[in-house]
Order: sequence, then C-alpha cells, then structure tokens
Amino acid sequence: MKELGELVLPDDVRYADDHEWAKPQDDRVSIGISDYAQDQLGDIVFVELPRTGETFGKGDQFGTVESVKAVAELYMPLGGEILSVNTSLEESPELLNKAPYAEGWIIQVKPADPSDLDALMTKETYVEMLKGMKS
Amino acid sequence: MNSVLGTTGLILNEPLLWEKGRPGRKGFSFPARDVERFPLHESLVSQGPDFPDLSEVDVIRHFTRLSTWNFGVDTGTYPLGSCTMKYNPKINDRQAALPGFAGAHPLLPRELSQGVLRLMAELERFLAEITGMDAVSLQPAAGAQGELTGMLLIHAFHRSRNRKPTKILVPDTAHGTNPASAALCGYRPVPVQSNDQGILTLESIARVMDEDTAGLMVTNPNTLGLFEENLREIVDLVHDRGGLVYGDGANMNAVLGVMDVGCTGIDVLHLNLHKTFSTPHGGGGPGAGPVCVKKHLEPFLPVPRVVEEAGGYALSEAFPQTVGRLHAFYGNVGIMIRAYSYIRTMGAANLKKASQLAVLNANYIKESLKDTFHLPYDRPCMHECVFTDKHQAVHKVTTLDMAKRLMDYGFHPPTVYFPLVVNGAVMIEPTETESKQDLDVFIASLKAVAEEARENPDLLRQAPAKTKVRRLDETAAARKPCLAE
Amino acid sequence: MRYLPHTAEEIASMLDLIGAKSLDELFNVVPRACRRTRDMDLPEPLSEWDLNRFMGELSKSVAAAQESMIYLGAGSYDHYIPQAVSYLLSRSEFVTSYTPYQPEMSQGTLQAVYEYQTLSARLLGMDVSNASMYDGASALAEALLMAIRITRKRKVALSGLIHPHFRKVAETYLAPAGYEIVALPYLPDGRTDLSGLGSVDDLAALAVQSPNFFGAIEDLQEAAQRVHDLGGLFITTFTEPLAYGILKSPGSLGADIACGEGQSLGIPQSFGGPGLGIFTARMTHVRNMPGRLVGKTVDQEGRQGFVLTLATREQHIRREKATSNICTNNSLCAVAATMYLACLGGSGIRDLAQLNHDKAEYLKGRLTKAGCRIPFASPGFNEFVAEMPPDFGNAYARLLEKKIVAGLPLESYHPELKHHYLFCVTETKSKEDLDLLVKELGL
Repeated sequence: MKELGELVLPDDVRYADDHEWAKPQDDRVSIGISDYAQDQLGDIVFVELPRTGETFGKGDQFGTVESVKAVAELYMPLGGEILSVNTSLEESPELLNKAPYAEGWIIQVKPADPSDLDALMTKETYVEMLKGMKS
Repeated sequence: MNSVLGTTGLILNEPLLWEKGRPGRKGFSFPARDVERFPLHESLVSQGPDFPDLSEVDVIRHFTRLSTWNFGVDTGTYPLGSCTMKYNPKINDRQAALPGFAGAHPLLPRELSQGVLRLMAELERFLAEITGMDAVSLQPAAGAQGELTGMLLIHAFHRSRNRKPTKILVPDTAHGTNPASAALCGYRPVPVQSNDQGILTLESIARVMDEDTAGLMVTNPNTLGLFEENLREIVDLVHDRGGLVYGDGANMNAVLGVMDVGCTGIDVLHLNLHKTFSTPHGGGGPGAGPVCVKKHLEPFLPVPRVVEEAGGYALSEAFPQTVGRLHAFYGNVGIMIRAYSYIRTMGAANLKKASQLAVLNANYIKESLKDTFHLPYDRPCMHECVFTDKHQAVHKVTTLDMAKRLMDYGFHPPTVYFPLVVNGAVMIEPTETESKQDLDVFIASLKAVAEEARENPDLLRQAPAKTKVRRLDETAAARKPCLAE
Repeated sequence: MRYLPHTAEEIASMLDLIGAKSLDELFNVVPRACRRTRDMDLPEPLSEWDLNRFMGELSKSVAAAQESMIYLGAGSYDHYIPQAVSYLLSRSEFVTSYTPYQPEMSQGTLQAVYEYQTLSARLLGMDVSNASMYDGASALAEALLMAIRITRKRKVALSGLIHPHFRKVAETYLAPAGYEIVALPYLPDGRTDLSGLGSVDDLAALAVQSPNFFGAIEDLQEAAQRVHDLGGLFITTFTEPLAYGILKSPGSLGADIACGEGQSLGIPQSFGGPGLGIFTARMTHVRNMPGRLVGKTVDQEGRQGFVLTLATREQHIRREKATSNICTNNSLCAVAATMYLACLGGSGIRDLAQLNHDKAEYLKGRLTKAGCRIPFASPGFNEFVAEMPPDFGNAYARLLEKKIVAGLPLESYHPELKHHYLFCVTETKSKEDLDLLVKELGL
C-alpha cells in the first residue's frame, strides 16, 4: 500500500468522494478511478462495463471493479449518457493499475449538467479527504 | 526454539490424470457380460467422453501422492477460527460405511428402512435437547442451506400473519453467508454496528428495528469469539416490534451444556454438524446444517419429516404450511450418522467438557499471546480469539505474511481477514481436541514468527518456503481463468 | 475421554495462567437468563464396542443394496464402488482438511478438484464445471436462478418429467422472489411435450432432464433450438450421469448449463445424501456461476499449482450480491467421483454404460414376454416404466418380505399412472437375479 505522498494525483482532474476521477475533454468527460483506489484494490482482475448509449444519473452505479479479494462498485461522479467505453479493459484489466488516468480510463460521458463537474473535489480537497481517512 | 515442527518430506510431483493415462489401461473390475447387447440408435450415441485410461496402480499412486500434499486435522493443529476443526473420530466413519446405511436407497418402503429413520428421529431429539429448542429439521445440506431455511421459515411465518417485511438486520460481524442467504430469500440486509466492546447493544438494534424489518440474524458467541451479553434484551425488543430472530449456531462449540438457546428467545437456529459435531470437513464438504425451531415455527419446517407411525417411523409430507423441500431427499444422512455416533460416544457430560476445554484453550492462547500480538478486545473470550497485525505493521509485515510463515512451522494458519470489523484479523480457534502440549508448540511458533517479523521480515514475505508450492499467482488465475482442460 | 487430551494438572496450570479459578468461571460472561437449568438429557456414552454393536443392529434393519434385490432408481443408483476408491477416500489428508483457502498446503484437494472439474465438463460436453454443489436438486435450482440473472427475465419452463423432488426444490428456491415456473406436460412416447413453450413470454430458461424421470432419453437438440429461438437459455439436468458414458452429451446438443446428481459416480447411496451436485456451463457465463472454482496457475518459482479463483462471485466477498449463498461444496464427494472415473477410464465408462442399458433392456424384454405393458416407447438408459396387473400390490408386498423391491410405484407422483412401476437395473444385477425377479413376480 502506498503512503499518501507516494500517490499519483494529477491536478487537471476532479475527484469524487468515492475515488472516481473526472476529466473534461471537449464535449465529453472521461472517468476512471484514482491511484488511491487502484492501490487499495490491488491487482485488478476484471472490470464490469456499461454499454454505450446507456444513461445514468449522478451517483448511480455504472459498473464494478474486481481484484482477487475485493469488489468495488463504480458510481457516476456526474450524470450523463455513455458515449464510449474502454473495451481494452476486458482483455487487460491491469491497465487500471498501471495507468489509472491514461490508458486505464473507464468511460466517456456526455454530461447531463456540465456544472456537476464543479461540485467535485479538486486535488487539494481530495488529499485532505484522504488524510482524514488514513488517520 | 531448537527444532521446528515443520520440515519438508519426500513430496513427489504428480501429473494430471490425463497426462498420466495410456489408452487401453484398465482400472475397473467388470462383471461378466451375461445378457446380449442391445445397441442404441446411432442418433443417440457418441464416442463417449475423452477420459484417460489408467491402471489401478496408476490411480492408487496418483491420489496417494496428492493426499501427501494436503494438511489435515490428522496432520497437525488447524486453528481456523469459526470452523471448529476438531478431531474427526474414525469410529464414526465406520458406522456410516455399514452396508445398511451406505447401501440404503432413499425411496425404500418404510418397512425396510426403520433403522435409519429411527436414527434420524433420535438425532432430531438430541439436537433439540442440546439447544433447548422444540423441533428440528435435518434436511439442510450445509450451514448456508440451513441459513436459507431459517430465512424461509421467518418469511413463511410473517406471510401467515399477512405481513411482508422487506428488510432484515445483519450485524457487521456476520459471516458472509448471512446476508447472502437473506438476499436469496428476497430480504434486504440492513447492517448493525457492534460497539467498541465488540458486541451488539440494545440501542443499535432499537435504532433500526421497524415494522418493515422481518427480524435479526445473530451469531452467538459472535465471530469475534465474544458472547453477545445483551442478547436476551435484544431478542425481546425484536419480538416486541413484530420481528423474529435467527441464530447462526456456527459457534455452538463454545456453549454445549452451558447455554440454552431456547431461553435466549431465538426463534430458529442452525447448527453445523461438520463443526460442533465432529463430522469431517472433507476438503470443503459435505457438511450438514440442521435447523432447530420454537413451536410456532414448527408448522413451516421443510418436508418430508420423520414421524412416529404404527409402532415405528415413517416419512410424512402432511404439513400444509411447509416451506417445501430443499434437498432431493432428506439431507446428508451419511453426515447425520457420524454426528449421531459422536453424540452417543460423548454423552452429555463429555459434550459439556468439550465446550469448557475449547474455551479454556482459546483463553490460554489469548493470554499467552497478548503481549506479542495486538488484541483488539482485551476481555475473556469464548472458544476463539482475535488478534491483529498492528504491532507487526511497523515492520511492514502483514497478517498474510505471518499466516504464510506459520506453514513453515508445521501449522495450518488461523482464519485471516475475518471478521471484517477488525483490520488484519487473525482468528484462532484451537478447539478442545488440542492438548496443552500442542498449544505450547503453537504458541512458541507464533512468538518465533513475531520475532522474525522484527529481525528478519523478509523470511515472512518470502514464506512459505517448505511447502510443495510457494505463493501462487492468484491474479493471473483470476484474469485468465484456466478451470479445466 | 479419548478425544479430550487435557489432564487435571494441565487444566489447573492453564487456569492459573489465565487467572481463573475454575472452568465454570470462564463462562461468567453468560447471563443467567441464557443458561441451562439442568444437564442435557442424552443417553450415557457408549464404548466403541457397544457403539459398533448398537449401530450394527440398527443398520441391519435396513435393506442394504448389496444384501437385497432393490430395483429402484429415481435419483439414487446402486453401482459397484471399486475398493481402490473406498480406500483412497479414507486417506485422512483428504478427509480431515478444510476448504483450500491456503493453497500452498492444500494442493492435493485442489489438483483433485481441478481434475474433477475437467472430467465433469468433458462428460457433459461443456466448457467449465464448478467444484460441486450439494445435490442435483439444488444445482438445478441454482441453474434456474443463474439463467434468470443472465437473461434478466422472470419465468422458467420446467419439463414435467424432471424428477418430482428436483421440481419441488426449484419451487422452494424460486418462490421468495416470485419467479414463475411453467410446467410442461409429457407425450405418449414418454418424453416432454414442448409444444406449449412458445406461449411462455419473458422466458429465461427451459430445463429438461435426460434420461428423464420415466427413464426415457429426451430430444435435447430440439429443446435447445426452441428455447434459443425464444431468447432463453437451455438447461439440461440429470439424475444418472453414467448415461453420458454413451449418450451424446448435453453440451454437444446445445445446452448452456448442464447440471444434476452425480451420486452414481462412486458415491454410496446413503439414504439419499451426501450426493454430488454437478454444475457445468459455457465459459461465457463463468462469472455468473455459483459455487467454488479451482483454477490452474503458477507459483513464484514458475511451478504449476492450483488455487480457488474468481472468488469475488462468492458470499465471503460479495455478501448479499453474491451469485449464491453457497459456502460448502461437496468436495470429498467430488474427489470420490474423480477417483471413480479415473478407475473406469474412457473405454470403461462406455462399456459400463452399455452394460447398464443392456441389463435394463433384458428385463424389459422378459417382463414384456410375461405380459406386462411397456407404456412408453422411447429408448431409455437403465430405467423404464412397466404397467403391472391391477392386483400386483399383493405380489409387491410379498416380495418386500423377501427384501425384493420390484420397482417404484408411480401413482403417488403421477395419479394417472396407477399400477405403473419404475424399474431400474444396473450392472449390479446378474441375469440370474433378473430371471429370479421375473419368476417371483408370478405374472
């Protein structure tokens, strides 16, 4: 398990209290799980993905992530329609461990309400939250 | 320690069956063919399955070698918390193998099956007496199936009173089968926190117990090895608010002859014959999970039931309110025979002694190790005790590492990472069949492992070193499952 | 007492370390309201000698298969179990070990169960098998729930010729969530009538047993096609897996799940339990399967080894969202089946299956010659239905006194089949036995 200082936490994404990250790119928002989440879960063995075209509200469960010994539900940090799904995760779930913010992206969403992004945490706030958890 | 229990033996490598066979070998004794062949139509038949051909010698060597890679209760101390790995008496297996039992067809007319029906009826009476409950069904084939039965009974009871509650309370210390069984029955599990003493309180139950709640699932003693001291009050509260209480009797080995489950007010309890009643675990089963109920739940018990009839015994389905069948026949009779033999061998005084010594052993371990490992609940325990890896974490050694290293010392590790309310839990249940001598070696070994965690933690992280295989790549097994060939 | 190793001195010394004065004191935490007020009323303990004598007498009052002429099948089968299997299964490393959660010291069980998974998948023509379930009935129930999960539909169609007890267990499992079971009738030839299938909407699965309760071989290919056309899954179930030593496998005929009772494969009948719930499926559905799974992998030194895998489906991780609540499997029974199939071998199982079939056909022929009617024309395996004369009840009772059980009366299961009896003949019956039965029937 990584120490707080060892975690990779980019500045250019927003964080949900459930450890998903969201990054706006043009008309869409990419979503994945943070380095803290993948570190806690351990080696990811399976990802259950939604289908493109499905619509979820903010806070809805859109998938699951499994390691050998644990399962974590994935919740939408913001509501919207699924525009694309990272199908490479089916063959290579380890991408979530190796590159959680890059090749390990999970879904891309057309946000129902773009202002939902502002409600998410910045990196600084997320770090404070993690500090509170680890004590 | 001068010499350690664990060594390596001459353990042979053994290929898979289909790597070993050669076409044409024979391992089976066929009766002479004394009737003519009646070929089946070719549209119905195939070449048959692709099975290897092995000689009897091949088969004997194959499985003998495989067995030497296993560690069982007969090999050494197996202190798995919550599993009650007590000694499995050999005399019980002999009874189950008697031709009249092993060779009994379940649909024999009652005139030809009185002996086994009588055994089942008497076992029901024994279990009712031991638990202080009113009626028993031996049908559930495992603890989890007993739990499902308990849920179905509670569901049927509410239905009979025109109620349809949708939730059930499940303590945070519960075994995973509890919420899973509840969900199978259509109930939504609602978690209840234990307090900082590790037990349930009246307040925590009162906060969540409402009319839409079917009741409470409770394990007593609980999975921390602690007696649920507030149980009686909690049961009364649940009853007052229209609910029923299901007891998970997995830990019954702590309280035989001491606790009267009936007096606690619990409405239905399941027992694990493969835990408390010495039937072997068999590498993962078969077991048996009978349920014991109070009178008001008796009408709903699964059918068929053993009844007294015409001076003997019979099986009857004449119970209109039954929840139905859970098993193709009557449950795991072969396991019941073993449990029956155990109870007839022990008698009341020895069963009570067994619980007393199980609790003695667990407390002895707790007291002997509380300066070595972090003890989250420093109070008297029942038949099992729980430690954590907190003291060893500073050396970056985890519960998993310690468990693996303990194998090199010649022991099966305790239960790890359960219950979930404790981080890095190590749950130790010695049972009553471990002598002080064996416990002392076990305690010394654990202390040695803790010492290694300080002085040479890499030994733990690289453990086990003396087993047939070292740590296995479970990630690859899950990412690219290879489940058959 | 020989299972309680503590001496008085040891107990005293241990109490001393704990700081308690007596064993009773260790139970102070038990509130008075929860305590027993009197000792348990159980019989006095028996010595080994007395227990042997008592249990010997009890068991002698039961008509054991080996010592009687039992012509019963219907979900439990008398097959000879090789001595090698009984001996190997008594090895205490298999018997007294626990579930292989610590794989490094359980490779014996793990490899044996991996071999079981492979052989049962091959027997049924499927991709993957789990490490077994309690029995055929609960396996079928779990298969139905699995199909419901996968298709997200709420109704299942069950052939009326699935073993009546299996259907009852399915009802018990499906009732709480309100899933609907539609029963399909049977045709005059003794097989399932699929004509009503098309009118079942929201169909998650069709389940057919083959050989069925009447012993007849079903048209699995036709059944698979029909339910697939309707968007549902095809489940084949069975009570006599030995049939697949010679019959086309369910997998080759379109089954998505093949599950049933494996007691025939080297497991004693034991008055109905423990048995073996065999459960196999297509690989695409593996993450929806209930039960334990053993997988092959390597250790840190590259050596082959086996582990329990895909555990995130199971109750100890997924808790209420698990694919099932099952914890125990019937591991020792699965290992017994593996040992039995290893002894039997590829050619052996085909020969044994053919012999079972031929023995049953021989009896069928003799009964026909003696004037009995065989109502169902379909080919069968080792069981068939025969209609006996209306006064046969007396002969039946007379034969019971000689410990001969001449078939299973079907009336209580099928009121329309008065005087019909289900006969089962396995390799354990010689031609002399069969000729004697026909003679004793006095037709």
